[in-house]
Amino acid sequence: MSEPSTPRVELKGISKSFPGVRALDAVDFRVEAGEIHALLGENGAGKSTLIKVMTGALLRDSGTMLLDGTPVELTSPADGPKLGISTVYQEVNLVPTLSVVKNLTLERQPMRHGFISWKRANERARERLARLSLDIDIERPLASYSVAIQQLVAIARALEDDTRLLVLDEPTASLDAREVELLFGILRELKSRGISIIFITHFIDQVYRIADRITVLRNGRLVGTAPTAELPRLKLVSMMVGRELGAMGVRPTTSSVVETGEPILAIEGMGRRRYMGVFDLKLRAGEVVGLAGLLGSGRTETCKLVFGAVHADSGHVRFEGKPISIRSPRQAIRLGLGFCPEDRKAEGLIPELSVRENIILAMQVKRGWWNRVPFEEQERVAGEMIKAMGIVTPDADKPVGQLSGGNQQKVILARWLASKSRILILDEPTRGIDVGAHAEIVALIRRLCGEGMALLVASSEFDEIVAMSDRVEVLRDRHKVGEIAGADITRENIIHTIAAS
Amino acid sequence: MKDKYLPLVATITVFVVAFAVGGVSFNHFLSTNVLGDLLTDNAFIIICAVGETFVILTGGIDLSVGSMIGFVGVVMAHLDTLGWHPLASAAAMIAFGIAFGVFQGVVVDLCEIQPFIITLAGLFLLRGGCFMVSLDSIPINHPFVGAFADWHIDLGGGGRLSLSAIVMLLSLAAGVIIAHFTKFGANIYAMGGDPQSAKLMGVPVRSTTIKLYALAGFYNALGGVIYAFYTASGYPLAGLGDELIAIAAVVLGGTLVTGGVGLVFGTLFGGLIQGLITTLVNFQGSLTSWWATIIVGVLLFVFIVAQRTIINSFMGRRAV
Amino acid sequence: MDRAGKLSTAAETKWSVGEVLNRPWFWPFVALGLILIVDGIVSPGFFSIRINQGRLFGSLIDVLYRGTPTILVALGMSVVIGTKGIDLSVGAVVAIVGAVMTNLIHRDFSPVSVLFLTLGAGVLCGLWNGLLVAFLDIQPIIATLILMVAGRGIALLIDEGLIVTFRSDFFSAISTGEFFTVPSRILVCIGSFIILWLFLRRTALGLYIESVGANASAADLAGVNAKLAKIGAYALSGLCSGIAGLLICADIRGSDSNNAGLFMELDAILAVVIGGGSMAGGRFYLGLTVVGVLIIQGLTTSILVSGLPAQFTMIVKGAVVLIVLLLQSSRLRSMVFGAFRGRRG
Repeated sequence: MSEPSTPRVELKGISKSFPGVRALDAVDFRVEAGEIHALLGENGAGKSTLIKVMTGALLRDSGTMLLDGTPVELTSPADGPKLGISTVYQEVNLVPTLSVVKNLTLERQPMRHGFISWKRANERARERLARLSLDIDIERPLASYSVAIQQLVAIARALEDDTRLLVLDEPTASLDAREVELLFGILRELKSRGISIIFITHFIDQVYRIADRITVLRNGRLVGTAPTAELPRLKLVSMMVGRELGAMGVRPTTSSVVETGEPILAIEGMGRRRYMGVFDLKLRAGEVVGLAGLLGSGRTETCKLVFGAVHADSGHVRFEGKPISIRSPRQAIRLGLGFCPEDRKAEGLIPELSVRENIILAMQVKRGWWNRVPFEEQERVAGEMIKAMGIVTPDADKPVGQLSGGNQQKVILARWLASKSRILILDEPTRGIDVGAHAEIVALIRRLCGEGMALLVASSEFDEIVAMSDRVEVLRDRHKVGEIAGADITRENIIHTIAAS
Repeated sequence: MKDKYLPLVATITVFVVAFAVGGVSFNHFLSTNVLGDLLTDNAFIIICAVGETFVILTGGIDLSVGSMIGFVGVVMAHLDTLGWHPLASAAAMIAFGIAFGVFQGVVVDLCEIQPFIITLAGLFLLRGGCFMVSLDSIPINHPFVGAFADWHIDLGGGGRLSLSAIVMLLSLAAGVIIAHFTKFGANIYAMGGDPQSAKLMGVPVRSTTIKLYALAGFYNALGGVIYAFYTASGYPLAGLGDELIAIAAVVLGGTLVTGGVGLVFGTLFGGLIQGLITTLVNFQGSLTSWWATIIVGVLLFVFIVAQRTIINSFMGRRAV
Repeated sequence: MDRAGKLSTAAETKWSVGEVLNRPWFWPFVALGLILIVDGIVSPGFFSIRINQGRLFGSLIDVLYRGTPTILVALGMSVVIGTKGIDLSVGAVVAIVGAVMTNLIHRDFSPVSVLFLTLGAGVLCGLWNGLLVAFLDIQPIIATLILMVAGRGIALLIDEGLIVTFRSDFFSAISTGEFFTVPSRILVCIGSFIILWLFLRRTALGLYIESVGANASAADLAGVNAKLAKIGAYALSGLCSGIAGLLICADIRGSDSNNAGLFMELDAILAVVIGGGSMAGGRFYLGLTVVGVLIIQGLTTSILVSGLPAQFTMIVKGAVVLIVLLLQSSRLRSMVFGAFRGRRG
């Protein structure tokens, strides 16, 4: 049964380093002809680096690459298509205002006497779409179609007659269930024609539905490759998660007694189509609720829906028992919520403004624009926060963009403390922070909880979740799949819950 | 397919309605005379507006239009006093326009500075240049100019299609062909729609930007040449504020100011509408001329708000 | 791994040479100083100030006097630019305000009510712009273009059927008179600056404007009311244009709707840019905008005083703003310095 057939792509010993970081460490990767191969890994695993090396967007430091048995050397992104490698990235990188045909033919228009021949362009566009069994009005602007169709148009643009390897980076991130099926149908079609497909995703369920084989990377190394049929979910999740750095310390047995009183915030049936599946959530004073899940499972989405930063399609919210509807961050802040986003630089801080201004911002919002927080109070509060949280800065007037990552995170936390938030939502609070600051922040979170704050903490680090949570909501593929409380909160239980079909 | 032409249909409708209003209100308004004059009087600014259309399609803006008109005029008048044939000075000025455009394009691309500010600097430089050449109006005496103004095609019914109008229509046609039948044109629309995606799709952003401003420079200079022939003079204050008229012509022509959407052909009507409104107001006599600007302002407002609604509906609500 | 370390240590040495060069006020003040020195050389007695008929005279006073309307308009402009917007309608607002003022005076309104209603008209224009930008989400260039195009027509409409000149001792005193030897308009200018500064810094509006301009998504997640910030900014710009319009109208004792405030928006934008302000929004400094206007006025004066024809000012302005932009462009700087470093390395 096993005739050794030449693999479509074979990468051996691929290494790639950037200043200070080893993105890929002697990775072997093999994709067979006519197979759908899923590539998985958490943040920093090296997936996108591997793809970039494979498609010529990056030069590898060492290792070899064979395409259908022949050694190849890709030195620029333009080399990929020449060798039959087509790539489609997560963001639909087409122009939404242009028509479908113009998108399909941009920079490759058929010419006639020096001018574009639209007759032939239309023909070519229809041919490309036909390869995916798509028959749509090519004159309509791309934006008038659903994201799923736009994605297919992107694939149609990337797919050439001689494409032998198609790389899809997170193609289903913005699709609903029906659209995912549509895409999968087309992928199976392409597979039957002998095209190999590399499918990068976070959605575990989808992997089991479509992929023939699975490869897992972690921290730049190959963890393992196996046919889907031979890889149980539990093993897969364990491979992805591995062992993270730094024990967070044993969970204090004398942790604060969990209040069994009324939750400050009670959410029922909140969700948003193509964004996050419906979930319930209760946040009580003095309690830490952890949001655990793999990358892409919906942690950030949950946080943003709760904070009102993104509009929910459905859901009932009760604040201290009274029904309300949180429609904007400003409203949430006035109620006493706070949010530390995952993307500190783009969504958390205002880098140009000073440390002091960033700290007092939410406090100011609570008072309204007319009542400026007096300068003395601003200085006092900022000074207290800087001291209490150990923010390293020569003075409070430095632009916050100049601080290190850990200190920036502390400034954002300080903002919510200064505004006396009662509920704090933290999305990856320790991401990209050095070990010392890391421990400080975890200790701080524990202290806040002890002082009566309700905390919702989303984290990709299971050890962290285990160390600080009183309850854990487990997420997978943008859905809540389970809840674990108290003494049952262990790393193994979290992994099991994620893996359970 | 229909949706794409909707703004153009709206613009042409406004034009036709305005013309009809004129026909109903005044005798002899619905004549080829009025139409011919309309085309001739507004030829120069419509030419400039065609160039402006391309700039706005990429999401930029060109404020140097009026100053280029003035500069071209005074230099041509000056060259006339030195004995140059108007066609030779016209060619020289068009070459200059292209060169100036290249300069602006290079600065916009290289320094990653907003087109608004660069072309604002261009506005000052060119207008300053006008004053360096002359402080007063200089007539252009060469007989060619007179012959140029006289030459025409009879439209039947008394109307005349002047050479200015013909040049304008030809340059409009060239603009339409460039926009829809060249790779450059396709790239312009792509860059305006989504600059990042365009780059990833292989559009050569740098060279396209430079060519774009060179093209705009060409059209601005050509407009200046036609204006010089039309007024048979060079005047340092000529074209003052005309960039606004050009921009308004583009917006009224249905092009979205956010870029990526619009038709060059619409600009013709955007310019004619403004000219028509001025003509109507003049015919009226009792209404003072400033009513024209108010009406144009109101029209702009309506068009811009309508554009907003179009953008919202057709872009849809993407997944967050 | 703290890779931002290198920035932190630079931050600690407060007064190193690099730090001073990077302060926003450094280059504008140097430029202003240079221009004043050149003025002083080219025209002896430039710096002399004397009192004549109970009023201060001198070239320096002249610079301030002539520059006042532009200073006012530029102040409003810099607030709007702080929100990452622009206000092209300021010149038209000046004309509208002049027309309103003339109209009200002819209707025998009391000077104080004329004052308030006139400024109110300016604020109203600003609110209109603010509404278009904040609620209808229209790009500021285009939103303010509408008023720029229609504004003078509206002003002429208000002028309709009126004798467009008037006599008002009250307003003449404000615009062209003096108060304890200092020309009143300079006092008006200083007063307006102070009020504007207080309004921006003694309420949260300035902070909101800078937040929204610097990072709109972070500001939104922090709960900042972006609509309020933008409307406030445009309203303030309208008010500033209103004050400028009032001074101009009182100066010429009439309404000149065709020419009042013509191209002031250009000078205002120029001043903001020359003062080191960024068109990208965020932090703005009122004081530097004033320095920017003074630099332009100083340049204009240098040119006049040096005997060059007045028309030179245009081309000089263009060249100066171009140079400032090129210098500000970080990409160009890194290209040039990269080339230097390459040679040395």
